[in-house]
Amino acid sequence: MRLFSMLKKRGSAPVAHERLKIMLAHQRAFAGRSDLVVVLREEILAAIGRHVAVEPDKVQVAMKCDSAVSTLKIDIEILASTEAPLLVGS
Amino acid sequence: MGKVVVVTSGKGGVGKTTTTAALGAALAREGKEVVVVDFDVGLRNLDLMMGAERRVVYDLINVVQSDAKLPQALIRDKRLESLWLLPASQTRDKDALNEAGVASVISQLRKRFDWIICDSPAGIERGAILAMRHADIAVIVTNPEISSVRDSDRIIGMLDSKTERVENGEHVDKHLLVERYDPARVARGEMLGLDDVIDLLAIPLLGVIPESEEVLRASNLGAPVTISNPSGAAARAFADAARRLAGEEVEMIIPSEKKRLFGGLFGGRAA
Repeated sequence: MRLFSMLKKRGSAPVAHERLKIMLAHQRAFAGRSDLVVVLREEILAAIGRHVAVEPDKVQVAMKCDSAVSTLKIDIEILASTEAPLLVGS
Repeated sequence: MGKVVVVTSGKGGVGKTTTTAALGAALAREGKEVVVVDFDVGLRNLDLMMGAERRVVYDLINVVQSDAKLPQALIRDKRLESLWLLPASQTRDKDALNEAGVASVISQLRKRFDWIICDSPAGIERGAILAMRHADIAVIVTNPEISSVRDSDRIIGMLDSKTERVENGEHVDKHLLVERYDPARVARGEMLGLDDVIDLLAIPLLGVIPESEEVLRASNLGAPVTISNPSGAAARAFADAARRLAGEEVEMIIPSEKKRLFGGLFGGRAA
């Protein structure tokens, strides 16, 4: 049995299994969520808009997916004159 | 009311059409009224697998678009009288299928047959979605190969979101059929094993079809493998899968290497 399992380890199948495990976890997290970025953008805009005036086209949301980690980049431009009404806890 | 089964995979060339024909014939041999439906509009092949390519007059598109009545398009198998084929069109494209038309055809078929087996086109577009739309049961055909497993996972996700049953708060029964399984290569660690595939896709196993010469022979002859060589290993695996689909408990036979004791001791490496 020992000899058997040693031989098995040398094959390429375990590599395929590992690659698939990572790929499928990723695929499942984002499958059918092609609108995720759009949804995030709207919700972020609404949340920030409650406190500061922002122009909708000054909010950029981008998602980058790599095999191990995914990053979400949010870029929000706030107009200088509208910074005043930021009242925390009001 | 008949049961609607979709045979699907995402990836092309894994054995959907062979499976549709083989399962359909196996169920018909058990005395059930069966229709196999080709959804691969523009690239039909099920008629070839069934040996009925010269008998196609009307097709699914003609029925969907009300140019022909359903009985005019149904072709009865010459070997099994309870087995029927509803062919796809070879000249049209998948846009010729519409949702209401497909729903109407499926509902007519449900009244007449015990089993309606839909051969899905490859891909995840409109044709594949229409093929799975009304399914009660899905057979996901997977080869022990990395791209096939990934695509199967995609299709499983779609079965859980794009089907009528799921939209009605029910679920589609999903079954895994592993095909082109080569036990010698699995033993050498060159091919994903059954446990790997089941572990990754996490749906119940319907059967394992060994890589076999019989399958190509059956397609050459235009006969489902369960008719052309019912005693062969691949045909028996398909017939067992069909019985499991019908709810029977059948012992699962996992293809294994045929080798002598010494071969086994030395890890199954061929001399």
